[in-house]
Amino acid sequence: MAFIKAISYYLPEQVETNEELTRVFPEWSVERVTSKTGIDSRHKASESETAGDLAEKAALRLFDEYKINPRSIDFLILCTQSSDYFLPSTACILQDRLNIPTSAGAFDYNLGCSGFIYGLAMAKGLISICAARNVLLLTAETYQKYLHPDDKSNRSIFGDGAAACLVSDEGFAEIGDFVFGTDGSGARHLMVETGAARHRQPTNETSEDDNGHIRHSDYLYMDGSAIFNFTLDAVPALLENVLQKNSLTRGDIDLYVLHQANKFMLNTIRKVCNLPKEKFYVNLSETGNTVSSTVPIALRQCLDDNILKSGMTVFTAGFGVGLSLGGVILKF
Amino acid sequence: MDLNTFISQFANMFDETDSSEFTADCSYQDLDEWSSITAMSIIALVKTEFGKSISAREIRSCHTIEELYNHVISM
Repeated sequence: MAFIKAISYYLPEQVETNEELTRVFPEWSVERVTSKTGIDSRHKASESETAGDLAEKAALRLFDEYKINPRSIDFLILCTQSSDYFLPSTACILQDRLNIPTSAGAFDYNLGCSGFIYGLAMAKGLISICAARNVLLLTAETYQKYLHPDDKSNRSIFGDGAAACLVSDEGFAEIGDFVFGTDGSGARHLMVETGAARHRQPTNETSEDDNGHIRHSDYLYMDGSAIFNFTLDAVPALLENVLQKNSLTRGDIDLYVLHQANKFMLNTIRKVCNLPKEKFYVNLSETGNTVSSTVPIALRQCLDDNILKSGMTVFTAGFGVGLSLGGVILKF
Repeated sequence: MDLNTFISQFANMFDETDSSEFTADCSYQDLDEWSSITAMSIIALVKTEFGKSISAREIRSCHTIEELYNHVISM
């Protein structure tokens, strides 16, 4: 069996408010977008601050808050799509910076909004095969660096941040059985096209998409409506499959903590799945969509606010870029 | 759902546009308040009320509310 033993997170110091965004986009109604996205402000990594730096700070906070000795960590996994270098894995660099023993394993994996769920699964796997006892799962993202300065939609939605989670053979939340899903045919719907091996050099192309948005080839592109449709189709089935796999019914679930994409999407998922509002967590007003860190941040917020208590059963899920999704039950 | 109910649900997605604007032959993409966010609201409406998926391209290809309604019904 594997458990979550500790969760902490770190948000970079720089904050961008909706008021600041409207100064850049005066044609834009802050109130309207705020009411749809549920986001009032988001954090942004500084020019010199990388996902690796954010992950390090989240891990140091975890060690401090839970009095964890980094020497007890025997595996380190980092989920990021903004790695510090093409190679090596940022996780290897963090092993050294965090004073984790050289006997520990470490690797990065490239996933976005579903990343935390996949990380929990890998950590549980490592523990169940006795390859590790204390797995440090880090999620860190700096999507803001990928955004075109004129991309007001994504600049309003995404926020930078990192989370650290210790998965161990004992702890406060038992990790149940997982269900995953992938639809690579939708890869183009959320993509940074250039800079890696396929198109190493910037292509500096612009085009208009079906939503009337300008697509810049060298920056992050998201087809919001396609992602929205994918989510509305995939998440209800994911929920049913996770419940079935864990031999549970909806009545057994005390709290739904889903990837905090934006308020409008979450509310629509809630309606499509026909879930009670009081059991459905939505809070991204001061963080924005931090990609792979929204779920651990939300879980920690629920713990801090006493929404999440011992004895509760939680359905949690991530979905997005890939397109990729995963869900699991956590028993607190 | 009949056309009149669809029109009234469609109108509910707007905050500033006068309700008299919303008729069967209303050319919705010409409304000042029209944006990609309202398009997302239509996707949500079609999913929650009809259990169907409509793409941004389909929403852009229809002109009037009645045309959109007929398209959704035929999906």
